[in-house]
Amino acid sequence: MVDKITLEVARYRPEQEAEPTFKSYEVPLHKDWVVLDALNYIKDKIDGTLSYRWSCRMGVCGSCGMMVNGDPKLTCATFLSHYAPGPIRVEPLRYFPIVRDLVVEITDFMDKLKSVKPWLVREEEKPISEGEYMQTPEQLDSYKQFSMCINCLCCYAACPVVGLDEHFIGPAAIALAQRYNKDSRDQGAEERLDVLSQHEGIWGCTFNGECTRVCPKNVDPAGAIQQYKIKAVTEWYKSLLMPWGKK
Amino acid sequence: MKQSPAYTLYRPKWYRKRVSTWWWTEQWRSFKFILRELSSLAVIYFVALLLWLLWSLGQGPESYAEFQAWMREPFMIAFNLIAFLFVLYHTITWFNLAPKAMPVRLNGKRLPEWMIAAPNYAAWIVISAVMAWLILGGN
Amino acid sequence: MAKRSNEPLLWSLFSGGGMIAALIIPVLLFLFGLAFPLGWIEAPSYGSLLSLVRHPLARLALFVICSLPLFHGAHRFRFTLYDGLQIKHLNELIVIFCYGGAVVGTALAAYILWNLQ
Repeated sequence: MVDKITLEVARYRPEQEAEPTFKSYEVPLHKDWVVLDALNYIKDKIDGTLSYRWSCRMGVCGSCGMMVNGDPKLTCATFLSHYAPGPIRVEPLRYFPIVRDLVVEITDFMDKLKSVKPWLVREEEKPISEGEYMQTPEQLDSYKQFSMCINCLCCYAACPVVGLDEHFIGPAAIALAQRYNKDSRDQGAEERLDVLSQHEGIWGCTFNGECTRVCPKNVDPAGAIQQYKIKAVTEWYKSLLMPWGKK
Repeated sequence: MKQSPAYTLYRPKWYRKRVSTWWWTEQWRSFKFILRELSSLAVIYFVALLLWLLWSLGQGPESYAEFQAWMREPFMIAFNLIAFLFVLYHTITWFNLAPKAMPVRLNGKRLPEWMIAAPNYAAWIVISAVMAWLILGGN
Repeated sequence: MAKRSNEPLLWSLFSGGGMIAALIIPVLLFLFGLAFPLGWIEAPSYGSLLSLVRHPLARLALFVICSLPLFHGAHRFRFTLYDGLQIKHLNELIVIFCYGGAVVGTALAAYILWNLQ
């Protein structure tokens, strides 16, 4: 006889109710099951109306981010047995508008991400005949950590400034901007500075550190942001004291 | 009794929850964070205290004695103890966060965080010792 | 190109002030706020303390110790007001109150230290 555990899942059906409610479901407590398995069990066997996002179920796609007992987690990487005997509270990611049940609206993040130009910016592309851009292991190392971001938005759900300030660009976007700024092949640092150093770009950050704590891929967005603050400050003083720069 | 939602049939309404003013009381972690930020008030208070001390010194020995008498008042001691604890909290959280802002690479490998924090603590101890020595009349 | 904000200046003051506050304030507050009044350590005499602070280098150091931590506290408190009380719509008032206060404190420190006999 397999043990059971209760999941209290947030439900929101805009055509039926004005506010989210909670519905309890009992699922088997298998040793190797994660919260995502439980949600799939609910949808398959108990309540087919439950809506949620998921994809790879192995922690690389970033689709299944949700609040588990008040903490942002990848549900494919969060074991049921960790919370036994339960109950486990599953809610949609905090600080995002809720579309339905556990599905949130992330267009705002996508716009912010696009604004920091998360791609290699070059003044001139090397012709193919000249071969690839070469990079030493040290050069790779300087940005690799920030490239591990899977856009799961757990950091946004953890950051109070994201919840309080709609103009704050947010941890993942800044970390990804840094990923490209520190890439030896990139020449777009100047362009990104304009976006990030605007009033709410990065300056809303108060180094709370929650983003780094919850990140499932150890990207350390808080570190990226503080490093970027120092860079922005040096650039600011440079432009003040040496205004004859390459403007 | 159901509330009827305001929506159009094919465009469900997003639910947006307003962040409560008391969001920072909901979790111990958030509360600790706000305490850390409130240490700024203890820092400002200390500067005010220092200015008072310096002003008293400038006014003469009686003023200095009066300052010292005020410092001995029980409520001042309690206040200073609380401020001291907040300032200590600032110092410790400041040094522990410093490594995040300054990643140092040696031979291609990133130095562990305690190696960046440790020199800060060491500097703190040395500077405190030197200041105490100067104040207590060493030359 | 959009105008870049002047936050970097304020953040660098916050950062410098925070470092000074972290390194220097604990020992000073401990001595003058607790150890001397409670008699754990004998307080320095008026003469010895005065001769220490009136030295020009000491005055300069004390000016920095008074001024930068004020800007640190002002900056941090400003963001605490934004995030803690959610009164960011009073932005202009908060900026004037916080940094204005720090400027006033700095001027006061300069005045007191300049006029130390």
